[in-house]
Amino acid sequence: MTAFDHDPIVEMKDIEKHFGPVIALNGVSFDVRPGECHCLLGDNGAGKSTFIKTMSGVHKPTKGEILFEGKRMDFASPRDAMEAGIATVYQDLAMIPLMSVTRNFWMGREPVRRVGPIKFMDFKTANEVTMEEMRKMGINLRSPDQAVGTLSGGERQTVAIARAVYFGAKVLILDEPTSALGVRQTANVLATIDKVRKTGIGIVFITHNVRHALAVGDRFTVLNRGKTLGTAQRGQITPEELQDLMAGGQELVALEGSLGGTV
Amino acid sequence: MSDAGQGAGAVPAKDERVKEISGLRKALIRPELGAIVGTIAVFIFFFAFAADSGMFNAQGILNWSTVSAQFMIIAVGACMLMIAGEFDLSVGSMIGFAGMSIALVSVTLQWPVWIAILLTFALCIAIGALNGFIVVRTGLPSFIVTLAFLFILRGFTIFFPQLIERQTIIGGIDDAAEGDWLAPVFGGKVGGWIFDWLGSIGAIGVFERGTRAGEPIVDGIPMLIIWALALVAVAHVILTRTQFGNWVFAAGGDAQAARYVGVPVNRVKILMFMFTAFCACVFATCQVMEFGSAGADRGLLKEFEAIIAVVIGGALLTGGYGSVIGAALGALIFGVVQQGLFFAGVESSLFRVFLGVILLFAVILNTYIRRIITGER
Repeated sequence: MTAFDHDPIVEMKDIEKHFGPVIALNGVSFDVRPGECHCLLGDNGAGKSTFIKTMSGVHKPTKGEILFEGKRMDFASPRDAMEAGIATVYQDLAMIPLMSVTRNFWMGREPVRRVGPIKFMDFKTANEVTMEEMRKMGINLRSPDQAVGTLSGGERQTVAIARAVYFGAKVLILDEPTSALGVRQTANVLATIDKVRKTGIGIVFITHNVRHALAVGDRFTVLNRGKTLGTAQRGQITPEELQDLMAGGQELVALEGSLGGTV
Repeated sequence: MSDAGQGAGAVPAKDERVKEISGLRKALIRPELGAIVGTIAVFIFFFAFAADSGMFNAQGILNWSTVSAQFMIIAVGACMLMIAGEFDLSVGSMIGFAGMSIALVSVTLQWPVWIAILLTFALCIAIGALNGFIVVRTGLPSFIVTLAFLFILRGFTIFFPQLIERQTIIGGIDDAAEGDWLAPVFGGKVGGWIFDWLGSIGAIGVFERGTRAGEPIVDGIPMLIIWALALVAVAHVILTRTQFGNWVFAAGGDAQAARYVGVPVNRVKILMFMFTAFCACVFATCQVMEFGSAGADRGLLKEFEAIIAVVIGGALLTGGYGSVIGAALGALIFGVVQQGLFFAGVESSLFRVFLGVILLFAVILNTYIRRIITGER
C-alpha cells in the first residue's frame, strides 16, 4: 500500500499571499497524504517560509483555500492549526535551552493533577513519557531533568518531532530541520523522519538541499518566485533536474560549468 | 535514570562522548547554589566577628530577620517577574505610593483602615496590571515602561499629601487602626505565648524594670516575617511544581517559542507584574502599620535591592532561569550583612560597597553557570 491510496490530509489550492504591494505567493497548490514525505524545495526568497506559515495558521491566505481532511478550514491562529493536527517544528524556535527536556516536551500541554484551584504538574508521568518517547526516536537521555541546551542540534530537532508526534500530529511541517546540522546529525534527523512517516503521519519537509530531500522524499515540489514549478514523484526526477528547477534553470547551468557539476 | 532503562528490557548503550557528570557539577547548575554558599559564609563571618555584640540573642535575631523579611517580600515578586523575563523598576515608588494611599484614605478621609488597605491593594495591583499591559502590548522593554512609573508614582506620592495635608509625612495611622480587624494581619505579632514562656524560664531576656518588668523584650514574631515566609513558600511551590510555573519559565526563556506551543505568554507576564505590585503593597502595608505613619520618601531604591537579591539568588537577568529560594537567601544575606555591620560597629555606608561587590560576583558566577547548562563554549 502506498501513500497514494489515501486522500490528502491537507490540500492547499491556489494559495496567494500578498504583503502590501509584495506578492509573496502567487498561486501555490500543494497537498500531503498520510505516510508520505512531501519535500518543498526552493531557493532563498522562493516563498517557502510564507507558504508553510500559511499552512500552520500564522498567515491567512489572501486568496485560495485550505482543505483539511476534505473540509474547508480557516485557521485563525497557529493554535487552531495545532488543534486540528498540523504541527510545525521551526528550526530555531523549537526549544528553550535553559529548561529541562521534560519541561520543554510538555510546554503548553502539561499533565496536571488538580488540588483545589491549583494545577500541579505531574512530573512522574511527564518524565516517564518523555524518556519513553525519546527512546522510541533513538535518543537516550541522561536524565529528563537535563537542560535542552546540553543536547546537540539534531537531538533538539528530535525532541521537537517526538513532542509533535506524541501530541497527535497528523501533519508534521519541518522547517529546514537539517540546514544547521553536521553530516551525522543530519542522518539522524532523516532517519527520524523516516520513522515518523511509517506511523502514517504526513510530513512536509522544507529544505534547499536536494540531497537531503532525495534521501527521504516521496514527492518533490519546487517553489520559485512564489509559484510552484511542478511536483515530481520519487524516481521520476534526477538530482540535477531538481537542482536546476530550484535555481530557476539558466544561471546554474552556467555556474555548474565553471564548478564542474559539484553544486 | 536506571529504572527507566530496565523496564524496556535492553538497556540502551550510553553515548561514549557524554562524560559522566560529577555530583559537584550537578549541584553547580542549581540556581540557588551561590546563595546557599553566601548565606553560610555570611553567618560564619558574623559569628566570628560579632557574636558578642548581641547579634545572636533574641533581639538581635529579631532585628536582622525583620530586615531580611522586608527584602524577602519584594525579592519574591521581583524573582517571579524576572524569571518571566521582565523587570519592575517601580517597586520602590509603589511602596511609597501604597503607604501614602493607606494614610490618605484612613487618616484624611477617616474611612476604616481595612477599607483603606483593600482599596490600596486593588489600586496597586491595577497599576501592576497596567505596567504589564503596556509592556506586552507595545513590546517595549519593561525597563523603560517601569522607569516611567518609577517617576509617575513617586511624583504623585509627594504631590497628593502636599496638596491635601500640606505635608509629606502623615501620621496617626496607628490610632486609626485601633480595633481594626485587618490591620493586625500586617502589623500584628504572633506566638506571644511562646516568648512569654521562654522569658519565664530565662531562655530569652526580659525587661527588668518599668511598667513591663518581667515581660520578654521580644514578645512575638512580627506578621511581616510570616508574610515573607508564606510568600516564599507559595511562590516556590507555584514556580517549581505547577503548570503555571512551567509557563513562567517558558515565557522568560523564549516568549516566541512558548507562544508557538500555546502558552499564554502575555497573560503570564501581566500576572507577574500584578504579583510584584502585590508584594510591594504587602511591604508597604506592614511598614505603615509598624511605623504608624506614611512618608513620601519610603521605599527609595528598594527596586534595585530587590533585583540584587534575586540575582544573588541565581536568577538570570535575561529571564527563564532562577529560584525563589535563592532570592529569599539573597534577601537573608542582605539583612544579615546590613544589620551585622551595625552590630559589629562598622560604618554603615560600607554596606553599599558590599552590595556592589557581591552583585558583581553573583552576575559573573551566574553567567558561568548558564554556560554550563546551555553547553555554550
